Amino acid sequence: MDPLAPAPRDRGGPGGPLLIARDLKKHFPVRSSGGKSVQAVDGISFSVREGETLGIVGESGCGKSTLARLLLHLIVPDAGELVFDGTTVRDDITVGALRRQVQIVFQDSYSSLNPRMPIRDTVAFGPFVQGKPKGEARRIARDTLARVGLDPDLFGPRYPHELSGGQKQRVNIARALATGPRMVILDEPVSALDKSIEAQVLNLLRALKRQLNLTYVFISHDLNVVRYLSDRVLVMYLGRVVELGRVEAIYTRPAHPYTRALLASQPSMNPVRRIEEPPITGDPPNPIAPPAGCRFHTRCPFAEPVCMTVDPPLPPWLGPQSHIAACHLSDRLPRRISHE
Amino acid sequence: MNRGAALAEVRDLRVRFVGREETIHAVNGVSFAVPSGKVLCILGESGSGKSVTLRALMRLLPPRSSRIEGSIRIGGEDVLAMPLRALRDLRGGLVAMVFQEPMTALDPVYTIGRQIIETVRKHTGCDRHSARARALELLELVRIPSAAQRLEAYPHELSGGLRQRAMIAMALSCRPRLLLADEPTTALDATVQVQILILLRNLQRELGMGMIFVTHDLGVAAEIADTVAVMYAGRIVESGPVERVMRAPAHPYTAGLLASTVHGQPRDRDINAIPGSPPDLRRLMPGCSFAPRCSRRQPSCTTNLPEPRFPKPGHMAACFAVPSAPVV
Repeated sequence: MDPLAPAPRDRGGPGGPLLIARDLKKHFPVRSSGGKSVQAVDGISFSVREGETLGIVGESGCGKSTLARLLLHLIVPDAGELVFDGTTVRDDITVGALRRQVQIVFQDSYSSLNPRMPIRDTVAFGPFVQGKPKGEARRIARDTLARVGLDPDLFGPRYPHELSGGQKQRVNIARALATGPRMVILDEPVSALDKSIEAQVLNLLRALKRQLNLTYVFISHDLNVVRYLSDRVLVMYLGRVVELGRVEAIYTRPAHPYTRALLASQPSMNPVRRIEEPPITGDPPNPIAPPAGCRFHTRCPFAEPVCMTVDPPLPPWLGPQSHIAACHLSDRLPRRISHE
Repeated sequence: MNRGAALAEVRDLRVRFVGREETIHAVNGVSFAVPSGKVLCILGESGSGKSVTLRALMRLLPPRSSRIEGSIRIGGEDVLAMPLRALRDLRGGLVAMVFQEPMTALDPVYTIGRQIIETVRKHTGCDRHSARARALELLELVRIPSAAQRLEAYPHELSGGLRQRAMIAMALSCRPRLLLADEPTTALDATVQVQILILLRNLQRELGMGMIFVTHDLGVAAEIADTVAVMYAGRIVESGPVERVMRAPAHPYTAGLLASTVHGQPRDRDINAIPGSPPDLRRLMPGCSFAPRCSRRQPSCTTNLPEPRFPKPGHMAACFAVPSAPVV
């Protein structure tokens, strides 16, 4: 495709961000805590370019799944703004219009399918609800099932409980693609699958992206998988972005001490080069009462007095080669190459 | 392997789950031995029979629906022939287990301290006071910070990592000689997983225990195993020293598992995935269970069960495509 000619649906212009998230916030009140709340997503800004895969990594409770739901307005943000293809969600386009272009695949492949509906109907449901005639919706469902590697005659009439985990996740991908989205949010799509099946689904996701010119937001706790699939990586810790950059920069020159610790905690796959000392100690703190100052300072091996009082801001993103980290010390820390 | 000195020895273990309508053949002839002071990793995907094998060692399977055959000897005792009373002494005494989910394995209505004290008193018959001292010592052994306070904590008040440490403490309370670990780090975050792995490795070494560690994660196996046994459809298809199996896998399934695990593959190429999916354990076909997915399949694979072959001494692969080393 000519890179200068904007795609017919591309209103943001070529190379412009397809999705911009500005200062998204979501706090969940906790009744028993006396007015406190879980700061699940606490001021997150980033953009996703057309055609890229943005990987989001972080440990449980860092807010990555809440963020995924905010991007689709499945959860309404407390504050912040979402701009899709140059139009502000809710001001310029409705949430429904957003969801026609952005779809999601969840981790739990079983609970995200209707157990009482044969899968051909599940896949046809989206296009039908969005106004396609029944026959057309059914045809789309057949095509989409074939595209994800499920024979529509064999699998179409089956119910979710008759499928294996890998097959169910293929159905979920088909369901997401049936409405013809431009962007797909993948929230831990392979985490519940066995390794031999995980590889099949990853290959499928890569092929679909190429064939359909999709843009992915890929959320995972598995750093190896994120490295394989992503162009840029966003690292989250306790509801904040701590680092954002191109995938090779993040994996070979991590700037934030948390990213370094995450990378160093990966098993080496090499029994003669085992990890001898844990890179950091303790568990992630409780998101109801995140530490003051830098939220990582309680576990950071480099923390200085300033880290305990002053919250380090994330520098602005300055273009494709940027590599930014919210750390007071990131300029001074040695950027060693992480273990392979 | 020095079979005479084995702490745990399993011969031709078979487990079936018998239901009204169907029978599931979960474990189909598994044999292995674990010497004192060594770590065996049982590696396999869901449904491979790895957890069932582990539970059979302590006879934790539902007695009504499960049928266990073969022999299990731990510390010289025949576990399958043991009366219930002796079994109670075995569990938590000679053999202890660490589960995947500490939140469901610990009792939510009792404090950590009370649960450990109860275990210690049950097995040693000592008084409350010295049991409490032992509990404190155990929490310090598993490196729980401010251990004295944590004795009074309920499971829900602890983070995932601390809960898993507490469960390890409880498992160690009666100085077991064999520790069974069923995916103990799978539910944990990466930065916590590595802490627990290193803790288990150090404790196993310091206390000289034998350990059987079940996991689906090759990376975890590489961090902790001395030997690995790879299971597929209820059988061990390959076993040997961890360095050997991970560097030069002999069985096509192990090789496929290594190739399909994402770890630094080039981003512009597909991963070498194993095609197809695992077999239905209700209707097990004759021959090698991996044959339908195998790229090195021969006609004999679908009719005969491949016998163990030894490409190197101590390295076993049950596959017709593997040449046996000449017997010297």
